[in-house]
Amino acid sequence: MAQAHKHPNYFAIFWWLLALTIIEVGVIYMPLARVLIAILLVGLALSKACLVAMYFMHLKFERTTLGLIAVIPLVLCVLFVFALLPDHAATPHQTAGAAAAPAPPPSR
Amino acid sequence: MSQAAVLHPEVEPVESPLTPESWGKLGMWIFLAGDAMSFGALLAGYGALRYGSSDWPLPSAVLGVGLTAFMTFLLICSSVTMVLALAGIQRGDLAALRKFLALTILGGVMFLGMQVYEWTHLIHDGLGLTSNRWGASLFGTTFFLITGFHGAHVTGGVVYLSTYLVRSLLGRLNQGHANEIEIAALYWHFVDLVWILVFTFVYLL
Repeated sequence: MAQAHKHPNYFAIFWWLLALTIIEVGVIYMPLARVLIAILLVGLALSKACLVAMYFMHLKFERTTLGLIAVIPLVLCVLFVFALLPDHAATPHQTAGAAAAPAPPPSR
Repeated sequence: MSQAAVLHPEVEPVESPLTPESWGKLGMWIFLAGDAMSFGALLAGYGALRYGSSDWPLPSAVLGVGLTAFMTFLLICSSVTMVLALAGIQRGDLAALRKFLALTILGGVMFLGMQVYEWTHLIHDGLGLTSNRWGASLFGTTFFLITGFHGAHVTGGVVYLSTYLVRSLLGRLNQGHANEIEIAALYWHFVDLVWILVFTFVYLL
């Protein structure tokens, strides 16, 4: 059974993952807006996840369709987050919204 | 080529169309995609609950980021030793397989030990499953549920990899089993990948 591909440089990936982790921890102590910190953290986390999937799990060297299978959960989860958005609009905040939006009386 | 394919060349598909090496690998990928949905649902639910709460504590102020950053480092290291174990068996170097497999398992066990330490510390500190002293009660619920679900995956991975270490020590593993090790490695890297996301969403954000 011949090897389909050469091994990538695993230690380079290791250093990248380590560096990105250190940056992530550093980011939360930076004096930035919460939104900006959140965007940076999500971007960094997804980059790390991509590195693991592409090189450690060898997805880069697999057929494209297998990659599609791997990406489906991510797409569905993003859809799921949007599916939950109406709940945010419907659920009053525990303290601030409680008085403003009283529960409707049971009609049935 | 499998035996079935030799017997019924026109009936049985010879190889998996997506993963020519084995059907098992395709099976693991599909399992992992499903498992990713479990974690995805937990994390999306976490986001929804947190966003809808007005007194959600800042996680980095309650949970120890330093310890968990080290736990992240540990899992990344164990992923590296896992790829080295796989590279070992692929070139027929069973000594390398045993060494790096043992190191990977050690990394997983150390991770679990640190999680036990972390949970014990947090519970003594007042973080309960249904209430805590920092704010929203669901903060503790979601924390224990998500990290516990991931910890269960690490435990499963440690058991999974240990079976191969034992088989290897008994001399029942050779270069022909490289594909099985590759499938086990996929699971282990997935657990690492999920922790990267859990660490970011539950601890840092």
